[in-house]
Amino acid sequence: MAEPVPNPVLRIENLRKSFGGLVVTDGVSLDINAGELHAVIGPNGAGKTTLINQISGTLEPSSGAIYLNGDDITALPPNRRAERGLARSFQITSVLPRFSALENVALAVQARSGSSYQFIGRADRESALNDAAMQALTEVSLDSRADILAAHLSHGEKRALELAIALAMQPKLLLLDEPMAGTGPKESERLIVVLQRLKGRFAMMLVEHDMNAVFALADRISVLTYGRILASGAPAAVRADPAVMTAYLGEELE
Amino acid sequence: MSLAVTSTSRGRHYEALPVAIFLVLALAPLAAAFGAETYLLGLFTRVMIYGIAALALDFICGYGGLVSFGHAAFVGIGAYTAGIFSAHGITDMAITLPVALLVSALFAWLTGTVCLRTKSVYFIMITLAFGQMIYFVAGSLSPYGGDDGMTLKLRSTLFGFPVLQNDRALYYAVLVFLLASYLLCRAIVASRFGRVFRGARDNPTRMATIGYDVFRYQRVAYVIAGCLGGLSGFLLANATEFVSPSFMSWQRSGELIIMVLFGGIGTLHGAIVGAAAFLLLEDMLGGITENWKLIFGPMLVLIVLFARGGLLGLTQSLWERLRRG
Ligand SMILES: Nc1ncnc2c1ncn2[C@@H]1O[C@H](COP(=O)(O)OP(=O)(O)O)[C@@H](O)[C@H]1O
Ligand SMILES: [Mg+2]
Repeated sequence: MAEPVPNPVLRIENLRKSFGGLVVTDGVSLDINAGELHAVIGPNGAGKTTLINQISGTLEPSSGAIYLNGDDITALPPNRRAERGLARSFQITSVLPRFSALENVALAVQARSGSSYQFIGRADRESALNDAAMQALTEVSLDSRADILAAHLSHGEKRALELAIALAMQPKLLLLDEPMAGTGPKESERLIVVLQRLKGRFAMMLVEHDMNAVFALADRISVLTYGRILASGAPAAVRADPAVMTAYLGEELE
Repeated sequence: MSLAVTSTSRGRHYEALPVAIFLVLALAPLAAAFGAETYLLGLFTRVMIYGIAALALDFICGYGGLVSFGHAAFVGIGAYTAGIFSAHGITDMAITLPVALLVSALFAWLTGTVCLRTKSVYFIMITLAFGQMIYFVAGSLSPYGGDDGMTLKLRSTLFGFPVLQNDRALYYAVLVFLLASYLLCRAIVASRFGRVFRGARDNPTRMATIGYDVFRYQRVAYVIAGCLGGLSGFLLANATEFVSPSFMSWQRSGELIIMVLFGGIGTLHGAIVGAAAFLLLEDMLGGITENWKLIFGPMLVLIVLFARGGLLGLTQSLWERLRRG
């Protein structure tokens, strides 16, 4: 008998989502294996964010199934998925504005270390939480800004903070929704380096318009248009696919 | 590694203020001895009792973003528990107080389970609806005075001793309860639990996606606030030796919100200042004219409009302006 094939970290089976008459996820199936970085590209409105929302549990699919490490998580709320090692960043920055950068990350650490039903003792003085949070901030070069309120961080710094929050969760699967959106070329370069370093530690789904980033980082690429996967495969194969060329990549690869 | 400054740490004069507030409250009876003692003691006892309820409301409102328009329901439940027990001759607070807290907690748990599924304006409306519900229930309790309410035969006793019978003893008992409630809320706000609760106000979606079941944390906080509301009502029944459905009318809930806004939301001690300002102003203006609400209303609007942080915020910015010269 052959060795049993290990479960992919993420398996999506025939996922569908419609808003009224508008079908935004149209029978999407895909697998992401351990350590793999799977990029999802496609024009605006293709349904990339909607797909990530369904995987992370903030949006309920109309039909289909989602498996995390072989377990059906389709019906689980977002917090239960997070407990199982699913982390995400948001296309539109989503941090806790009235908390310092450090506390934003420390809350993610706290979620994974002991009970949060503790009513005495200052949480912001727990050095185990703060140290782990600081480590995550250092990974995204935000350690010097640890004490700044998240609301006062620059846009690029907030993007980095989102990543630090996700890292502090010690994810098994990380979903990144356009982490480079709105950042300058310098910051994008820096983020690519950070992601390069993280690659292989856990499975990642990267939604990104920056083609430099996508082709520098991806092990596999899926092209999404009108909620369907138009093509999926190794970067070179996707780049050469004539359907992809006409539908999406055309002008950018000339 | 120094990781000192975070969003929960505050400047020095913020700490001086709560100390000053409690000092004033501790010394007030001494001053009252020179004036109309019974009257002043009574007034300040009520200030502290409403301070507990306002404190609880500030806890869920100012730190959790849960604007409840039905918080007086808990005051009513606490008061009626004391009242109903007393009507049956049971006054020992070793029994009646835990029951009052338990009933408040239960009501908070049940209604919170429904209310906390909703957001913003809907939350306000549903808490209001539950408040009205309990108001009408109290009014229909004909054995206990119905709409008119009833007087208590006796203040609460402790292990048979009439410890609250003396007005001063009652005053200091209430002060101890207020201080304990304040310290409890402060500790909770800074704790692990409090940090999750505060995070849920800032961004519930983010909190859910890092692994917190926001609803459960909010419900626990709601129960804590409900218990403190119940405590307030329990003490109110003792102070006034009377309970009535009016304790839990929607106007009372609104007044609690006003106290919180008045003092400065999200500070805890501001709620005590707000309760004091509200009740003292009501008392003073009420002495001048029957239509005191005509003066009080616009004053309130001005404070809320021009002093974002309430009275505390106002003194804070005045203080800073004076120091800069
Ligand atoms: N909550 C919603 N209700 C109705 N339509 C929506 C909703 N969310 C997204 N859409 C629609 O679904 C389509 C895909 O959106 P989205 O997933 O954000 O695309 P992408 O991230 O690929 O740019 C868009 O046409 C958008 O208008
Ligand atoms: Mg999108």
